[in-house]
Amino acid sequence: MTYRRALVFVATTLTVISPQAGFAKPLRHGGKLLLTSGISSLEGAAGGGLTPWAVIAGNETNEGIGLSVHGTLVEMTDYDYQSAGIALGFRDRLELSYAHQYFNTNDIGTALALGKDYGFSQDVIGAKWRVAGDIAYDRMPAVAVGVQYKKNNNGAVARLLGARQDEGVDYYASISKLFLSRSILLSGTARLTKANQLGLLGFGGDKNKNYTLQLEGSAAWQLSRHLVVGSEFRSKPDNLGIAREDDWFDAFAALAVTRNVTATIAYTDLGSIATVSGQRGVMLSLQTSF
Amino acid sequence: MSLLFALLLLQASPVATSPARPYAVPGEEAVDPYTVEDVNVGAKPFDGDGMAEAFHGQEGIRRIVDRMVTLSYGDSEIGEIFKGHDKVRLKRTLFEQFCYILNASCIYTGRDMVRSHKDLGVHRKDMNRLVELLQQAMREEGVDFQAQNRLLSKLAPMHHDIVGR
Repeated sequence: MTYRRALVFVATTLTVISPQAGFAKPLRHGGKLLLTSGISSLEGAAGGGLTPWAVIAGNETNEGIGLSVHGTLVEMTDYDYQSAGIALGFRDRLELSYAHQYFNTNDIGTALALGKDYGFSQDVIGAKWRVAGDIAYDRMPAVAVGVQYKKNNNGAVARLLGARQDEGVDYYASISKLFLSRSILLSGTARLTKANQLGLLGFGGDKNKNYTLQLEGSAAWQLSRHLVVGSEFRSKPDNLGIAREDDWFDAFAALAVTRNVTATIAYTDLGSIATVSGQRGVMLSLQTSF
Repeated sequence: MSLLFALLLLQASPVATSPARPYAVPGEEAVDPYTVEDVNVGAKPFDGDGMAEAFHGQEGIRRIVDRMVTLSYGDSEIGEIFKGHDKVRLKRTLFEQFCYILNASCIYTGRDMVRSHKDLGVHRKDMNRLVELLQQAMREEGVDFQAQNRLLSKLAPMHHDIVGR
């Protein structure tokens, strides 16, 4: 794991998001309560780190347009991963998001005959609609449905690994509720997907070419107004014969540094990725939101 | 203890059975007649003494309410909403409401949430701001964070009656 890379990442992200200091005294802040719009998940949707929640990105309530920008870094045993993205939240109802994901194979690239530091990248465009409920105020949980269009930029290599397509669409539904009386947030997501490792290894495969239903969940405990700790789970398809894919787990702590900046650190267990098992590591994510 | 109970009964009985009348105490502005009843409070109280203790009893609740009201009237974002509203009455009824919900031996004599927020034009973000000021007041009083959220869980469902009225 390269700590220097992590430091550079943190410094760069802070630089990118520092213009918020210029808005130190906005007319009014967005109006959402701290941490109630979650963080940016790997694919750009607001939620936990691994999975979307039924919340809308940004700090605005039903009267405005919110914005969030994030950068995420995962340092695994043999690989590293970065993503960056932006999301707009319209009236706390509709979320449009974009994320660019980059997955570096480091030394494994050589073993796979792709070359050292061979990288897979992907663009994800997402839309999420909060159908009903509110995460904090309603007795009924918040419910949202979403789609994620994913375009892999390394289709030829993904096909060599057994993938069928270089693009795909995920469909998901999320249900989320903050139980204030217990300071606990629970969220669950059901996803229909063909994506191999989020889509970074293409879509569909020699083992299975169809959509499969995957389940994802988050449990979080609010320790203070600024600090949340929790754990997540995400089941994964297993479509590629030569590259087994495992379910994902993480344990995270998210800190609302200010009203506009949330920092998240997580321990992740991503199992086997691109033929190499035991991929564990640390995820760092910084998000600014308005 | 039984004396206290008797006093409470004495205090409660004339109020609980009162027909619609402009319930206000000296020092407060007059309000339109309404019927004083427990359901006006908008939430079921907690059981047991735990929450009352977590909020340091009636004295603690009074400090929190006074601080929250002071913060609200002076707030750059929502102060405008409170301007021109009877601060004495708000402090009293809010104290009664929190005290009743926290099971700290009070009755609630204020109006229901729809009536008391009528024509205020409260938006969702105003309610969130008020929650933040309440959190600040509870934090300054030293109320445990989990207990803070437990009170908020009783208040949160009231937003249906407060926002957009």
